[in-house]
Amino acid sequence: MNGKVDRMGTTEKYWKPRSRTWQLLAVFSYVAALVLNVLIRPAIEVDEVPFRVLLAALAAYAGGRYLLSFFSEKIAVEYNHGSQFRFAVGMLLAVWDVLSSKTGVLPLPFFPGPAQIMEVMFLEWRVHLVNTLYSLRLFAAGFVAGSLCGVASGVMIGWSDRWNYWLFPIMKVVGVIPAIALVPIVLIIMPDTFSTAVALVAISAWFPVAFTTARGIRAINRSYFEAARTLGAGRGYMLRKIAIPGSVPSIFTGISTATGIAFSTLVVSEMIGARGGLGYYINIAMGWMNYASVYAAIVIMAISFTLVLTVINAIRNRLLIWQRGLVK
Amino acid sequence: MSEETVAAAASNDASPTPPSFSVEVKSVSRVFRDSYGNGVTALDNVSLSVRKGEFVSLIGPSGCGKTTLLRLIAGLDSPQEGEVLVEGNPVTGTSHERGYVFQQANLFPWETVEENIAFGLKARGVYDQYRDDVAEYIEMAGLKGFERTYPHQISGGMAQRASLARALINRPKALLLDEPLGALDSFTRMDLQEKLLELWQKFSATVILVTHDIDEAVYLSDRIVIMTPRPGKISELLDADYPRPRNRSSARFVELRNRVLEKFHLAGAESQAEYAI
Repeated sequence: MNGKVDRMGTTEKYWKPRSRTWQLLAVFSYVAALVLNVLIRPAIEVDEVPFRVLLAALAAYAGGRYLLSFFSEKIAVEYNHGSQFRFAVGMLLAVWDVLSSKTGVLPLPFFPGPAQIMEVMFLEWRVHLVNTLYSLRLFAAGFVAGSLCGVASGVMIGWSDRWNYWLFPIMKVVGVIPAIALVPIVLIIMPDTFSTAVALVAISAWFPVAFTTARGIRAINRSYFEAARTLGAGRGYMLRKIAIPGSVPSIFTGISTATGIAFSTLVVSEMIGARGGLGYYINIAMGWMNYASVYAAIVIMAISFTLVLTVINAIRNRLLIWQRGLVK
Repeated sequence: MSEETVAAAASNDASPTPPSFSVEVKSVSRVFRDSYGNGVTALDNVSLSVRKGEFVSLIGPSGCGKTTLLRLIAGLDSPQEGEVLVEGNPVTGTSHERGYVFQQANLFPWETVEENIAFGLKARGVYDQYRDDVAEYIEMAGLKGFERTYPHQISGGMAQRASLARALINRPKALLLDEPLGALDSFTRMDLQEKLLELWQKFSATVILVTHDIDEAVYLSDRIVIMTPRPGKISELLDADYPRPRNRSSARFVELRNRVLEKFHLAGAESQAEYAI
């Protein structure tokens, strides 16, 4: 059985051929990384226990999935498909560990090893947690406000020809300005740095959402409105029951774009004047030449932003349940 | 045939007391213009009277204005000249009393079959009063068990039945059908033709059907209106008033079908000449 190697004409999600060897190598790679870490003495002073715990946890998870795959076909298929990737991750961690902490081939302090990053995370977990929550609070406030304003103004511009005439050209020009460029102005208007950052995140989320919402409403098939009219619907009812639900797919296209832009605005605005948050933390750590902390913050950012995207996708899939299976 | 005689034929065909008409189209013209003022005459001085409870089909080649005429009656569009009366009142906009079924079922994809069928009741704020109707109309459309499915999950025939139920739940006085069966395969189409007759008899509503299928028009209608394009006008009114249930292979059916074809041939020869210029 040959694996599918391109996306032409295949709809299979799991296409890697069944291989017991790769399944075992996946578990083995984490164990090997752990054994290597224990056997080789580090060239620098570092507490390696957190990294070892991580490797042991990864090995245990992979091993657990491997064992479960004997009982569940679903897990077996998923595990088999991912095993080559797991193997690569394990090997990469091992190589990185050897090149950094163990031998010092990678120049310090700019390129610390995984053991040093894990050490920092373990030692400063409280600081990291506080800063992460600070960032997420700022993001949530700005992003929710920006998206809501975006949907509201997008609906107005999409729905009313008059609003569209006056506001769409303005939005097109104002919307492309990066929010960060507005820092000097927003700083004057807003009372403190936190609300400045919230406003900047809100502005960067606003434009993509407003733009796609307006376009989405304009793109709704006219015949839906005609059908609604012949069924006795008034303007307000059509706005609520046709225009808004019909533009939800477009609204989420905007929200997806907005998330990425809002993340960068968040980090940059934290770097230039906040009193907390992951961006602020990176700035401080960089000042102390503490690169392990910088990488730790980047890893935490990757994880927490991915979680945010997952939540947004879950909401989207719930709201767009009517679209599932529709021709794309 | 000149415009005057068509108009005369149309008015001779109906009795003189207005209230017995369901739909009256009086010397209606509709020209579509683009932003630069270039116009296409979709309807030129068209008159037509439809009696209460009558089943009338509008047939003709594409571009003859049959859909435009139907949209004027629905109130989805308005004429530049003339007027449309429904039960004696001029049409100024859409109304739930004139149900409209489109060629594409046009169900709202974000609503379930049940929500689609209940749409008219909710839009008019009478849902609480007629709540029980929803299940009845779902049953009538043969969609029991599919209440919670979304339009993309059901077949074209089912979607069109749902669309009919959605229009009928408002208990319209006139049902306007714009090639509702045009996009369906022939088996589903015949099946739905029966359903249509059954519903028409049950609701005793006036039905105006736009179609390009001569057999369909002959099988279903009391009267057939043949239209010709450029400019769109009525060229012939044919009585198809023979007893139901009808048989597609009966001598009467075949004869009527041939008569329609013959009229078409005459009209067609004329438009061929136009193309040749």
